[in-house]
Amino acid sequence: MRLSEADSARLAGALPQAPTYLQDGTTVLSWLNTRDHKRVGVMFLASVIFFFFIGGIFALALRMKLLQPGPYLIDAVSYNRLFTLHGVVMIFLFLIPSIPSAFGNFVLPLMIGARDVAFPRLNLASFYLYLAGAAITIWGMLQGGADTGWTFYTPYSSTTPTQVLPILLGVFVVGFSSILTGLNFIVTVHTLRAPGMTWMRIPLFVWGIYATSIIQILATPVLGITVLIVAVERFAGFGMFDPARGGDPVLFQHMFWFYSHPAVYIMILPAMGVISETVSAFSRKNTFGYKAIAMSSLGIAFVGFFTWGHHMFVAGQSTFNAGAFGILSMFVGVFTAIKVFNWVGTMYRGAIAFKTPFAYICGFLYFIVFGGMTGVALATTSLDIHWHDTYFVVAHFHFIMVGASVMGFLAALHYWFPKMFGKTYPEGWGLVAASLIILGFNATFIPQFLLGNYGMPRRYYQYPEHFQALHVASTAGGTLLGFGFLIILIYLTIALIWGQRSESNPWGSKGFEWLSASPPPTHNFDELPTITQMPHDYRTHEPPGVLHVA
Amino acid sequence: MSHEAAQGLPEGILAHHFSSLERQNEAMRLGMWLFLATEILLFAGLFTGYAVYRFQFPLAFAECSRHLEIALGTLNTIVLITSSFTVALAIHFARTDRRRAAVICLVLTIGFALAFLGIKAVEYTAHFHERSLPGKYYAFEGVKILGAAMFFTMYFLMTGLHGVHVVAGMSVLSWLLWRTLQGRYSSRYYTGLEMGGLYWHLVDLVWIFLYPLLYLI
Repeated sequence: MRLSEADSARLAGALPQAPTYLQDGTTVLSWLNTRDHKRVGVMFLASVIFFFFIGGIFALALRMKLLQPGPYLIDAVSYNRLFTLHGVVMIFLFLIPSIPSAFGNFVLPLMIGARDVAFPRLNLASFYLYLAGAAITIWGMLQGGADTGWTFYTPYSSTTPTQVLPILLGVFVVGFSSILTGLNFIVTVHTLRAPGMTWMRIPLFVWGIYATSIIQILATPVLGITVLIVAVERFAGFGMFDPARGGDPVLFQHMFWFYSHPAVYIMILPAMGVISETVSAFSRKNTFGYKAIAMSSLGIAFVGFFTWGHHMFVAGQSTFNAGAFGILSMFVGVFTAIKVFNWVGTMYRGAIAFKTPFAYICGFLYFIVFGGMTGVALATTSLDIHWHDTYFVVAHFHFIMVGASVMGFLAALHYWFPKMFGKTYPEGWGLVAASLIILGFNATFIPQFLLGNYGMPRRYYQYPEHFQALHVASTAGGTLLGFGFLIILIYLTIALIWGQRSESNPWGSKGFEWLSASPPPTHNFDELPTITQMPHDYRTHEPPGVLHVA
Repeated sequence: MSHEAAQGLPEGILAHHFSSLERQNEAMRLGMWLFLATEILLFAGLFTGYAVYRFQFPLAFAECSRHLEIALGTLNTIVLITSSFTVALAIHFARTDRRRAAVICLVLTIGFALAFLGIKAVEYTAHFHERSLPGKYYAFEGVKILGAAMFFTMYFLMTGLHGVHVVAGMSVLSWLLWRTLQGRYSSRYYTGLEMGGLYWHLVDLVWIFLYPLLYLI
């Protein structure tokens, strides 16, 4: 890695620091009208955290109701609305934009040695589209919300009297934001890499985001047209999915899952990218199997397009189709396993620093392995018929989407907190919250695996009394989980305002994003760095906090 | 000195984060092609629906197709293909510094787009009169086979979405016309115009597929 003389002198403290991106204009307007990828990333981060807590409150309300088998606290219709909104908010407003739009925006250009993303104005437009979509969705919620579940299955979604239309439009608009962000990242990676950064020197987080962007571009438009057709069906009675008019509701399921299954990989691939970065940084060891990790990301993105039928094993597809979709789904497990082995290989005989991000790495590995294994089990058609639409499925996808993805999100949040804001978070509280969250998560969803296996169907308002003990256990776990997140929110807010100034590279990480100062100046680098080696090359020994400047 | 001036370019063309205009043009082209891919996938959902229902109701689809105004459909195809030609000419004239000719070609293209919408409006009016409408509004006396309403559902969804794209394309072309009048595009820089042209070709191309599917087969 080579920096310009001015940059390296500045990092060594010989020159006065250039104003950071946080100091360059402090008015509200300077943020709202910014073209800086870092500011857009920070605004996305604040928004997704906000929606994470909204979705979390819905989840807790659901769990509180489920303490009792009969009617309790809320009525059945509100219950249906709550689980719909929980799904919609968590998936479209939190998980999908979480890592790519927040952290991807912030660190991707830094990692590849660019001054910005390829289309900065489009990037800001993507943020406003996200806000607009979110606003429409919230407006729909205030009007009473929908009760279809986040999957909007027809013909129920085209006939229910609840407010499906604004929610559909919100999802449609947020989808555009997702497409534009993905498009921007792909073009950025192709055209703005620093001199010397060949494709095989790109940081693994960037590979993860790149694979994600491919899915965002190719799958999201299909969801767009699908929700649009349902919207037209609702206000104009076109009947494309209406069996009374010769329409086929199963066609809706095909089109919906063509996006919504790959969407799961939009949520998990960036988290895998974060783990690939942090596992090297905190093991202080070169990435084991760089090419295998990079290529398996593309493998997941590719095979992810041919697995959607496993959501429809009981929707009347042929045995041949079901078998083919089942086997294709299992390939995802192969690619994921390749990654897991390489991460563990990276840790092996490394000098592990057990900081908060590393705790989340461990949590991630556990959740991805168990979530993944139950996924392979669910892809087996004969087993799926028993588990279909039960809590088993709910627990499985929460293990991946919440367990693994949120672990990745939290690892990224702690690892890049000093990079983004130049502040230190309290390590002790970090570890406390991490243990609470990992424990609480298990306590919430292991009972749900059991409930599902005993036959508890998902989305039911009432249940037989002998399920109550497991439901209470699950609610207790959910409360623990909620406390964990609350602790993080509190200590990060305090750290942000009163926290100690952190060093420029507190982890001594050799990831390329640490080549710039922390927090970085507006245009990232005075002169673009020249890349002469792989990311995370720890073969040369120096004390942490000092960059290797050749 | 800005890095635009250093490369002998007028102000406001080269963004600060690109090292050269070639690089920036490359980024814009790649971005545009990716965007066109998303547009194709947006339409792909409707083409899938068409395929499914054509397979399910072959008789009704063939019968309804024969009740469309084939002369108007053909005329519209000619109009759109010609407009694709004039927008290509506009780019050609801009890159050879013949701004007046470029402006005329852009005006012609926008004119053709308006003509297309006008002809489509004539067809839509006829559909409203004979009640050959989608879904629950279908009351056409001419075809009374199961699936006829579905044909018109697909017809209106596909031509409707395409119509929205024609309007969007027209707005893009009008904006480009304004920029051309300002003298932004020349042999030195014409990528913006080229991107608008690409988008318009896509709008044309989608129609090239809609025309045989809806009118001919």
